[in-house]
Amino acid sequence: MSEEHSEHIVSYKFNILVWIDLLIFTFITIEIAQFDFQALTVVIALIVATIKTLLVGAYFMHLKFENRFLQSVVVGVFLLFIAVLILLFSDYLY
Amino acid sequence: MSSDNDLHDQMIHFDPYGKKLGMWLFLFTEFLLFGGLFVVYAVYRSMNPEGFHLGSAELDLTVGAINTVFLLTSSLTVALSITALQKGNSKLAINLIMITILFAFAFMFNKYYEWTMKFEHGLFPGMEHFNELPVGEKQFFNLYFMMTGLHALHVIIGAILLLVVAWGIKKGTVNQKRYIYLENGGLYWHLVDVIWIYLFPLFYLII
Amino acid sequence: MTAISQPRGYVNFYQEKRGLMSWLVTEDHKRIALMYFYAISGFFIVAFCLGLLMRLELIAPGRQLLDPQIYNQVFTLHGVIMIFLFIIPGFPAVFGNFSLPLLIGAPDVAFPKLNLVSWYLYVIGGLLALSTLLFGDGPADTGWTFYAPYSVKTGTNVSIAVLAAFVLGFSSILTGLNFLVTMHRMRAPGMTWFKMPLFPWALYATSWIQVLATPIIGITLMMIIAERTLGIGLFDPALGGDPVLYQHLFWIYSHPAVYIMVLPAMGWVSEVIPVFVKKSIFGYKVIVYSSLAIAFIGYFVWGHHMFTSGMSGEARIIFSILTFLVSIPSAIKVFNWVSTLYKGSIDVKPPFLYALAFIFQFTIGGLTGLVVGALAADIHVHDTYFVVGHFHYVMFGGTGFAFLGAIHFWYSKIWGRNYNLKWANIGFSILFVGFNLVYFPMLVLGMMGMPRRYYDYLPEFTLANQVSTVGSWIMAIGLFIVIVNLIAGRKGPKASSNPWGSVTLDWTHTESPPSLYNFKEIPTVTRGPYDYRDYEDYIKENHKN
Repeated sequence: MSEEHSEHIVSYKFNILVWIDLLIFTFITIEIAQFDFQALTVVIALIVATIKTLLVGAYFMHLKFENRFLQSVVVGVFLLFIAVLILLFSDYLY
Repeated sequence: MSSDNDLHDQMIHFDPYGKKLGMWLFLFTEFLLFGGLFVVYAVYRSMNPEGFHLGSAELDLTVGAINTVFLLTSSLTVALSITALQKGNSKLAINLIMITILFAFAFMFNKYYEWTMKFEHGLFPGMEHFNELPVGEKQFFNLYFMMTGLHALHVIIGAILLLVVAWGIKKGTVNQKRYIYLENGGLYWHLVDVIWIYLFPLFYLII
Repeated sequence: MTAISQPRGYVNFYQEKRGLMSWLVTEDHKRIALMYFYAISGFFIVAFCLGLLMRLELIAPGRQLLDPQIYNQVFTLHGVIMIFLFIIPGFPAVFGNFSLPLLIGAPDVAFPKLNLVSWYLYVIGGLLALSTLLFGDGPADTGWTFYAPYSVKTGTNVSIAVLAAFVLGFSSILTGLNFLVTMHRMRAPGMTWFKMPLFPWALYATSWIQVLATPIIGITLMMIIAERTLGIGLFDPALGGDPVLYQHLFWIYSHPAVYIMVLPAMGWVSEVIPVFVKKSIFGYKVIVYSSLAIAFIGYFVWGHHMFTSGMSGEARIIFSILTFLVSIPSAIKVFNWVSTLYKGSIDVKPPFLYALAFIFQFTIGGLTGLVVGALAADIHVHDTYFVVGHFHYVMFGGTGFAFLGAIHFWYSKIWGRNYNLKWANIGFSILFVGFNLVYFPMLVLGMMGMPRRYYDYLPEFTLANQVSTVGSWIMAIGLFIVIVNLIAGRKGPKASSNPWGSVTLDWTHTESPPSLYNFKEIPTVTRGPYDYRDYEDYIKENHKN
């Protein structure tokens, strides 16, 4: 079980398409920031940043083509972090 | 002794997936390292919304945006270098890695420029202008220097890693059949990019 | 057992390459384990003596030999060494490194070179910690918890101490990372996850904590250094910082850290009881799930260290409830161990004694944990000797005893010889009595209201303190006997490859000591890990020449 390696190759073209998407979302996030959505501002900024991260993670970092275990663990670690953050705020919101 | 190597190779197999798994685990630790700072950011921003807004206004949005583009593009070039090596084009792979490193340099140069501007305006903890700021803005800048500083350190580490990998491709130890080290270098670089993807709106876009 | 027969051409891992250099650049997990063992034992002795020194100071009210400032530095260094240099690395670095590959039928760990790096990081961290004794205002006086704002303001060598902890954390992370990949990728053919023994499973849960929790304290310590050296006052109230946030960040790691400390020890107990009872562990799958549950829930209980810090009432209630939740899987394990003893063929050897002591002392520690975990009760015992008693029962009475037990268990596998059983039992008994004499009175003292980290106390606490101090001498004598006996065992009778009659791969398929890559050929696994049916035949069959 030595050279068991994902032979899947992401084409040059596909990588460039992802990059263009990333640039578009960067533009979007800058433009949206001009509006004042009060408390929602930071949420929207984080959502766009997360979309960009999902693009980088799924395609540049090849996660879309990896096995279920790796995908679940990446998501799991992220959720763990969010859970700790929420629990921490039980002190700061009250 | 060659019989030592024979026994070693007989007992221990090269495992690219294992190495990939190891790198992902290491990325988790880097994510959580920065995560601690994001936690502090979240708490202090929730306590000082106005101060953070004022602090953000002091940052140069254009420079920040350019840096974002630099890093995103550098992620592209390193991803392309993997494609190149997978297709057997070692020369192109090396060139793409060198372009990636060039973008890293450009990023660092911008960072140096930004920080120098801040120092000149007395905006580092302990300096005159900083001391006059309201506490919310003070914490904004504490976090700004801590987080962009730590990030810059990781840009340097990532660039060095990629340089080592490029050297490996030149020597032939990293090649079309065995390219896990390039993949892993790429993974590390993408994480550095992802961290900046969050830093940019959280520091430059609180308008 | 019978005559020692070893295969022709067999060379053990000590004989492979000789000389100091061959050890310093080794990639062999067994050599690395030994290097860790000697370093860790050395640090343990130092910290143990600091503990004895504290008990000496506390033998009577008033100053005996130490000034208050020195006393603060003593308990800080005692804590820093015991926690970062002994208990956290201890089981994983020594017995994880030595036995994990053996138990899963692997020739080494996944990243042998990284393993060596982990060891060097450990040594550097240890030297950094000790260096704080040598210059400036001396070692940190903040307690091992380095709470802001004092840790930022004090002139003692906090930055170096904290840097040491950071480096040690890195060592811990890399070890955890190594073990995770090892278990995912290098189990012997036929060893499915649920045929893997329980000590590896415990290390699996532990390794996830090492990888996911340690970075948080890494960054928190970096923030302390940044504040001390660059004035980046993230916890400075004058700059709008919140010292309680430091506590949150510190405990977000340091609570899961206690599961790094205890899970491998529990795994060892699960490993050892079947061997001396000659039957399978009761509830193997439940123990696996409990280990994972402890690791998972353990991330969400950190606030119980902060009940009196000024946290919101809502937060305190949530943390108290979650704390009770995490006690459930631990209790389940205790029931499973005890149930395994029922109708077993019990052979009382030293490792078994240590396992029993673990169960007894961990139970006391766990029950007292419920007291401190209960919000209302904790208000009274927080920062008293009750807490000190509680954590010494679990960390020393639990993990500490398990560590000694593990040395007694794998001794012949590691050094190829047998130690004297009678003196091992004597040493254990004295150590056991001494231990309980030291720490049980602390539970009483805490209830009576004696604060911790104080170098002096009110006269009404005197008797219990004296019992505890005398107990520390008895404990020291017991430990001394144990250690001398283990050292003498190096010249003891040669051991067979499986003196305890275990059915796990580490005993059945390797020599004592093992060869360089452990196995002549990687075994194929067909049985469950604790299948003791016809075990004598099974063992004989597999020890072919």
